Amino acid sequence: MRDVSIIGIGQTPVGEHWDRSLRHLAYDAVAAAMQDAGVQRADALYVGNMLSGEISGQSHLGPLIADFAGLRGIEAVKIEGACGSGAAAVRMGYLAVASGLQDIAICAGVEKMTDDVGNRLTGGLAQAADADYEVIHGISFVALNALLMRRYLYEYKVRHEDFAGFSINAHANAVGNPNAMFRRPITAEAFKKAAMVADPINLLDSSPMADGAAAVILCPTERAGEFTNNAVRIAASAMATDSLSIHDRYDPLWLQAAQDSAQRAYRQAGVGPDDIHLFELHDAFTIMAAMSLEASGFAERGKGWQLAVNGDIRPGGRLPVCTMGGLKARGHPVGATGVYQIVEAAQQLRGEAGDCQIPNARLAMAQNIGGSGSTIVTHILEGR
Amino acid sequence: MGIAQNWRLRSQRYGLVGEVCDDCGEKIFPPRDVCPYCTQPAQTPFQFSGRGEVFSHTTIYNPPTGYEEFVPYTVALVKLEEGPLVTAQLTDVDPEEVNIGQPVEMVTRKIREDGPEGLIMYGYKFRPRLQEV
Ligand SMILES: [Zn+2]
Repeated sequence: MRDVSIIGIGQTPVGEHWDRSLRHLAYDAVAAAMQDAGVQRADALYVGNMLSGEISGQSHLGPLIADFAGLRGIEAVKIEGACGSGAAAVRMGYLAVASGLQDIAICAGVEKMTDDVGNRLTGGLAQAADADYEVIHGISFVALNALLMRRYLYEYKVRHEDFAGFSINAHANAVGNPNAMFRRPITAEAFKKAAMVADPINLLDSSPMADGAAAVILCPTERAGEFTNNAVRIAASAMATDSLSIHDRYDPLWLQAAQDSAQRAYRQAGVGPDDIHLFELHDAFTIMAAMSLEASGFAERGKGWQLAVNGDIRPGGRLPVCTMGGLKARGHPVGATGVYQIVEAAQQLRGEAGDCQIPNARLAMAQNIGGSGSTIVTHILEGR
Repeated sequence: MGIAQNWRLRSQRYGLVGEVCDDCGEKIFPPRDVCPYCTQPAQTPFQFSGRGEVFSHTTIYNPPTGYEEFVPYTVALVKLEEGPLVTAQLTDVDPEEVNIGQPVEMVTRKIREDGPEGLIMYGYKFRPRLQEV
C-alpha cells in the first residue's frame, strides 16, 4: 500500500446558487482543486452525491462531471452513501491511489438542493432510511434524529439547552469562513426559543440544506513534492456501516459505525483521541455531534454534550470542532458535506484557514455520517 | 411505492409477522433472512403479540407527501414485548399525552394515500393499550 496525500483543494461557497447547475457547481470545485494542485489531468474522478436523480432528474454523474471538467475519457463514477457520500468518495479515491492503480485521483462532492420543486427534497432525504419500515410511516429525516434525541435526553437526564453550545460554536466559527452559509453568531437565548421542527429538535439544532461542491486531489505521498510544498497527508481513512434503520440497532444511542471507523482510523494513524488537534464532525443535528464525540472516544457514553457546555469544542478548547462552521453554519450540501469537511481540515493543516485558523494544528480528524449513523467515514489528516 | 412492493409486505403490515431464530431464539422484526444476532439463517415466521411500550417519540407537523391528512401525527419507536424495536405511528392519542414507557398495542389503520386515484395503504400503528377487563 502506498501512502496518500492531498495536493489540491477546492470549494464553492455553500448557499443558494440559482445561476449554477449541478454540473457547473461540480466543475467550479474540481477546477479550483486542479488549479490549486497544478494538475491538468487525472486518472480518475469520484463524485459524491446523494440526490441528483431525485432533485435534478440527473443520474450518471461520473461522465457528466468528468466531461464538464475537461477530463472526458477518464474513469469516473458517482459514489452514494446518503449524507456520507462525500467522504465515501474521498475514501474511494484513497483506495485507488493507495493500491497503486491510480496516481492522480479527484474526489469531489456536489449537491444541488435548490432545483427541488415541491417537497421532493423531504422525500429524497428520507430515502437514506428504510423505505419499507421507517419511511412508510411518514417519518422524515429530522424525525428520526428527534427519536434519538428524545431518548438521549430521557436516558441520560440531560436538558435540551445543554446542546446549545454545539450550534453557538458552529455559528461563531462560520463568521470567519467566507464559504459558509450563515456567517452570524447566535445566542443561547435564540437557541432556546427557536421554532420546533420535530420535538425535541428545533431549527437551531438543525443544519441548513444548501447547494455546494468541494473537491480534493490525491496522489502518492512520494510524488506530492512534484506538485506542492504544502501537501496534507492522509494518515488514516476508514469506513464502517451499521443497520440502515434505527430500530435494527443493538443500541440506538450508540453510533457503532463511528466507533468502528474511528478505531480503525486511530490504529492506522498510530494515534489516539488525545492526539487529535481538531475535529470536523457531522453536526447535521446537535444530537449527532454529541453521539459522534462519544463513539469516537472523545467523551464517555451519555456525556458528549458536556464538551459543548464546558467549551472544550471552541477554538482554543481541548478539541475544537466544526472550526469553519460545521454543517450547522457552513451549511449541509448533503453529498458534498464530507468533502467540505476534508477541505476545511486541510485548510487548517496548511495554515490557510484565515480567521478560523487553529494555531499549531497538525493532526485533524473528519467524520462524515450517512443516514442516522448507517455509513460513517472517518479520516485523519496530517499537516507538515 | 408500487403495488407489488406493498403487497409483498402484507403479513408484516397487517399481522406484525417477523421471525424467530432457530439457533439463538431471538425474535426478529422486521423479518430478514439472516439473524442479526448470530448470523445463522432465520426464516421461521413468528407473529408478534403487538404489545409493547413507547421507547421514543416525536410529532410531525411538516409531513412528507402523502401524509398530510394525519398532521399533526406522532411517530414512535415501540419496544415490543418480545424484544425488537419497531418504527410506527401512534394513533388515537393526543401528541401531548405520549410518554416514554407508555404501554401501547398494535392496531390496523390507513398508513397513506397516493392521491385521489392512487393506492391506499393500510398497516400497523400503535395506540395506548386499553385497560385489561
Ligand atoms: Zn440467531
